[in-house]
Amino acid sequence: MLTILFDGIAYGMLLFILAVGLSVTMGLMNFINLAHGAFAMAGGYLTVVLMQRFGVPFLICLPLAFLATGFVGAIMERSLYRPMYAKPHLDQVLFSIGLAFMSVSAIDYFMGSQQQIMQLPEMLKGRTELWDGALGMGHYRLFIIAICAALTLALQYVLAKTTFGSRLRASVDDSRVAAGLGINVNSVFAITFAVGSGLAGLGGALGAEVLGLDPTFPLKFMVYFLIVVAVGGTSSITGPLLAALLLGIADVAGKYYVPKLGAFIVYSLMLLILLWRPQGLFVRKGGH
Amino acid sequence: MRSNSHQHLQASLLRPSRLKWTEFLFWGLVFLAPWVVPGHALMVNEMAIVALFALSLDLVLGYAGIVSLGHAAFLGFGAYSAALFAKHIMPDPLVGLCFAMATTSCLGALCALTILRGSDLTRLMVTLGMALILLELANKLDWLTGGSDGLQGVLMGPLLGRFEFDLMGQTAATYSLTILLASFVFVRHWVHSPLGATVKAVRDNRLRAMAIGINVNARLAVVYVAAASLAGAAGALMAQTTGFASLDVFALDRSADVMLMLVIGGVGWLYGGVLGAVAFKLMHDVIAGITPQYWTFWIGLFLVVLVLVGRERLLKPWTWWRS
Amino acid sequence: MDVVAIVIVLETRGLLKQFGGIKATDHVNLKLAQGARHALIGPNGAGKTTLINLITGVLPPTAGQVLLEGVEISHLEPHQRVKKGLVRTFQINQLFDSMTPLETLAMVVSQQMKLGRQCWQSLGQSSKVVERCHELLELFRLTQVHNQRTSQIPYGKRRLLEMAIALACEPRVLLLDEPVAGVPAGEREELLNTVAALPQQVSVLLIEHDMDLVFEFADRITVLVNGAVLTEGTPQEIAQDERVKAVYLGHSEVLLHG
Repeated sequence: MLTILFDGIAYGMLLFILAVGLSVTMGLMNFINLAHGAFAMAGGYLTVVLMQRFGVPFLICLPLAFLATGFVGAIMERSLYRPMYAKPHLDQVLFSIGLAFMSVSAIDYFMGSQQQIMQLPEMLKGRTELWDGALGMGHYRLFIIAICAALTLALQYVLAKTTFGSRLRASVDDSRVAAGLGINVNSVFAITFAVGSGLAGLGGALGAEVLGLDPTFPLKFMVYFLIVVAVGGTSSITGPLLAALLLGIADVAGKYYVPKLGAFIVYSLMLLILLWRPQGLFVRKGGH
Repeated sequence: MRSNSHQHLQASLLRPSRLKWTEFLFWGLVFLAPWVVPGHALMVNEMAIVALFALSLDLVLGYAGIVSLGHAAFLGFGAYSAALFAKHIMPDPLVGLCFAMATTSCLGALCALTILRGSDLTRLMVTLGMALILLELANKLDWLTGGSDGLQGVLMGPLLGRFEFDLMGQTAATYSLTILLASFVFVRHWVHSPLGATVKAVRDNRLRAMAIGINVNARLAVVYVAAASLAGAAGALMAQTTGFASLDVFALDRSADVMLMLVIGGVGWLYGGVLGAVAFKLMHDVIAGITPQYWTFWIGLFLVVLVLVGRERLLKPWTWWRS
Repeated sequence: MDVVAIVIVLETRGLLKQFGGIKATDHVNLKLAQGARHALIGPNGAGKTTLINLITGVLPPTAGQVLLEGVEISHLEPHQRVKKGLVRTFQINQLFDSMTPLETLAMVVSQQMKLGRQCWQSLGQSSKVVERCHELLELFRLTQVHNQRTSQIPYGKRRLLEMAIALACEPRVLLLDEPVAGVPAGEREELLNTVAALPQQVSVLLIEHDMDLVFEFADRITVLVNGAVLTEGTPQEIAQDERVKAVYLGHSEVLLHG
């Protein structure tokens, strides 16, 4: 049972890193970006290509995935996304679905449609058993938890203690007022989008072994990211963190204890939560 | 200067609801199609079903203003309801159609409870979630639904007790077209009624609609349930005319495709769904003929360009060169 | 002093709206008499529109009650209050841009005549509806533009339509939120005459900045400052009230000549 909890936490933290960019973008730019999963997929495939064709070690690939997808995200924000902010939500949905479709097709064309196998470095394979096997910790999952926890703490620190963080928080609260206070809202948007996409890319690279990696990744997992954002809310990062953990544990536990129902558990849980609290579970009072 | 008399005002108000001769011509041609080109009767049938589905989404998207990615939930629910009804209760098509519409209306009412609250994102998630849950259910309850193999061997009785469903598909096509036309006439009439006008008001300015005494949530719920039942009808027609129901009827692709069709044809003017369905099918056949595997890429590109250029501009090609 | 039975049609009791530490509406007790022409004035940010939003149910109060014709309506939704005869206009036009003025009014009138849920007739089929639209279009001088899309008619006409919509709801109590705001000088006359010509059974609460209009129109004035009622009285009393002058002018000065 503890093992399930452990696996669920690992899965949840991974989902959080993947989805946090989406949550902040939604809260900041009020933009529904259904192509977010494509950045994650890009990070995963980049890692695979670097490792298999260029022999780059796995641990080096991770920061590279972050930087590369972050960079691509910055370019796309400036060129393609920016004109979309003022458009109605339907347009944003259509636009980002279009991007998602394009990326899925492109990867299918260049890399083929089969599952990609990730070769983990030796030290990350293996498993530690505690308490007579009551808790089995895969080393890779331990690694994931460690990296994601570190990233979460870093994010919290940036948000709470740095100038950029306070500018970001002000822009999320009310971007017009923030602009009026002299905050360069455009650059806040650009940096946030880039970091969010970078984190998604990193998550994709990290998660390829656990979640699987094939061209349908963006569409398959987009639902999960959206669940994290819808349930966790867009006005903090602890909200999506808790939502992601809840989702991760529920999914792993559900698939173990009631395999017949599979993902049904997760979707129903989401539906019930949204019925009870349409604004998400963890919304700060006040503001819009 | 015209004298603005009572009759003039009344005529102004009633003008949009009058049927134009172009509409009669359009529908006349459409109904002749399965008989004039019998080889394409099956395709006409398919387009009629898809057009009905798109019409139902127009109610949701164009009139209620709800962005829904899960409209396929109703399509699928209707399809499976009709298929199961024909298999286990009674093979009469029209009764099965009514049954499917009734069950989908209930589902629509249930959904309406949830989607009227919360933000656009919440709505998107709830509609999507509903479709996904139904997909999972259909998959897992395979003793009932046939699981991933689909529900097969749905044999339909003769329509109105007389017209057998023939292999050529002409009966099927005429059946589907009749249901489409009936739904279309009903919706068109509804849109031009006082109720329809209040819904348009809600779409234009929700705050003001409340301030003139309109119960916004009740109105939107009515529209949503009506749309759900029409989508259910489309699903029922699909199951009845093809003889089976399968899981992909719930897929995200379906919801996305129909939204695309509606966007191409134009949201909010009823013919958008019908024309969009035709245009989409033609586009699909042309593009799939050239690059069968990468259809999603071109559709994706089309969507991106469409939105960047501006949706309204699609119908006005002369605006393409203005920037 | 006359002893006349005054019927209070709209009343707020201890209405309070608090946002964190800020009291946007501070224990307001307001009474609107039957047939009154009651003005609500105060400097910018005094909370006038917030008060209207509380009365109409758009904002939920932190505390306090709203009574319409003696009956408490604090728990009613905005659209339910409208059905009871409490209607408002908006400071910034809230219109239905895709519809024409004629369609808009036909829709509102149908709604008012309980035809709003009907779907078997066409809009405009009922002669009564068309008749009433005709009246309203004439009264608000909108016949010229009745068939144009609302998004395309001039601002002054839009403001008239704003008020026409409210009148089409057959209000018993009408809350006018700065009706002449932004209206060019040439069209103000039209609007003002229409406001003055409102039927006597309708009780009007008017929010206005324009002092001339207020003193011309109102038989009673309430002054709101920082969300609370500073004072209330007849136009003469208010014109001579030192505190009101101080709030508006910052120093003693006669507010109204003569």
